[in-house]
Amino acid sequence: MADLDFEIDDVVDITDVVCPVTFVKAKVALEELDDGQILKVHMNDGEPVQNVPRSIKDEGHQILKLIDNEDGTFDLVVRKVED
Amino acid sequence: MATDYATLKKGGFMRQKQKNNFSLRLRVVGGQMTAKQLAKVAEVADQFGHGYVHFTSRQGVEIPFIKLDDIDAVKAALAEGEVQPGVCGPRVRTITACQGAETCPNGCIDTENLAVELDQRYFGRDLPHKFKFGITGCQNNCLKAEENDVGIKGGVQVQWQSEKCIQCGVCVKACRSGAITLENGKIEIDRSKCNYCGRCAFGCPTDAYETTPGYIVSFGGLFGNRISKGEPIIPFIEDHDKLLKVCDAAIQWFDDNANPSERFKFTIERVGEDKFNKAILDAYEA
Repeated sequence: MADLDFEIDDVVDITDVVCPVTFVKAKVALEELDDGQILKVHMNDGEPVQNVPRSIKDEGHQILKLIDNEDGTFDLVVRKVED
Repeated sequence: MATDYATLKKGGFMRQKQKNNFSLRLRVVGGQMTAKQLAKVAEVADQFGHGYVHFTSRQGVEIPFIKLDDIDAVKAALAEGEVQPGVCGPRVRTITACQGAETCPNGCIDTENLAVELDQRYFGRDLPHKFKFGITGCQNNCLKAEENDVGIKGGVQVQWQSEKCIQCGVCVKACRSGAITLENGKIEIDRSKCNYCGRCAFGCPTDAYETTPGYIVSFGGLFGNRISKGEPIIPFIEDHDKLLKVCDAAIQWFDDNANPSERFKFTIERVGEDKFNKAILDAYEA
C-alpha cells in the first residue's frame, strides 16, 4: 500500500552484498538519479536496515518510508537530494 | 648517590631492564598531540633515545632508552615543544578519550574538552594506588569506559516529537535494544530497554527526536591481573557540574578509604558497595 504513495524511479537490491558495500551500492544507485527522483533500496533485516538508512540520511538524501516486506527484507524509499 | 626511583617514576621515567636506561612516559590528554609536540618527540627520540617511540595501551607515548644522565636535558628539550613528562605509580594516570562529538558522527558528548578538564582537575594527584579515567563518546565504546576506575560514556536521552514524525519506521529498526515500537502512527519507547545510544535520533530522517546529551559513569573497572567491569550507580547524568561532583566524590572516597596499593574495585568490595553508592548518590543529589 505504501508503495503506491510514491512513484519509484529505480530499484537497487543490496541483499547480495555486506557492509560496507551495502551502502556503497545504494550510494552509486542514487548517483545515477536526478535531483528529486525516487529510489527503492531492497535490503536485508539486521545490520543493513540498522545502518543504511542513517548513512543515506547523512549523505543528505530524504528518506520517505521504510517498508517491512515481512520476509526478512525491507524496502527503503529515498528521494535524491542534490548537494 | 642512590637513584631515587620513586621520584623518577612519579615523573614518568619507567626503569628498563637495561641498567640506567628509562622509558620516558609523556603527558598525553585524550589521545591527542599537536604536530609541534610530535616533531619535538621525534627529535628527542632521535637525539637521546633509540630513534623510536612506544605507543602504550592507554594512548600514552613513551620514549625508550633515555639515559639517567640525560634526564634534565631531555626534560628541557621536550619543554621547548610543549611536551611534559607523564606519570606512573600511585596517582591519577593519563585521561584517555575517543574523539567524541567534535569529529565523530556517533559522538554524543565532547570527550576532548572533558579530557582536558579532567586532566587539569586530577592528573598526577597522589592516591593510594593508580587511578584511571577513560571517556568514550557513545555506546560503541571505542574507548572501553568500563575498564577504567572511573569510566565516562556519552549518551543521549530521546524524546519523540509526534508532529515531526513521518512514521517511516527507520528508528524502530535502528534501535539495537528493541526499545521502540510503532503502532497506529504512534511511537512508544520502552525506557527500561533504552541504553541512550541515540541511534533512533541519528537515523531519523526528519529529526523527530529531541536529544539531551549526558553521561553514564561507571566505577571500579580493572583490566590487569584481575579483570572487572566498572558498574554505573546513576543511570544517566545530564548535568556537567553534577558529573564533576560525582568524579570528585569518587576520587575522594578512594583517597579516604583505600589501603595502600589497593585498587578502587577492591576498596569498594572491602568497605562495602552500599557505602560507596551512598557517597556517590549524596554527591549527586547535593
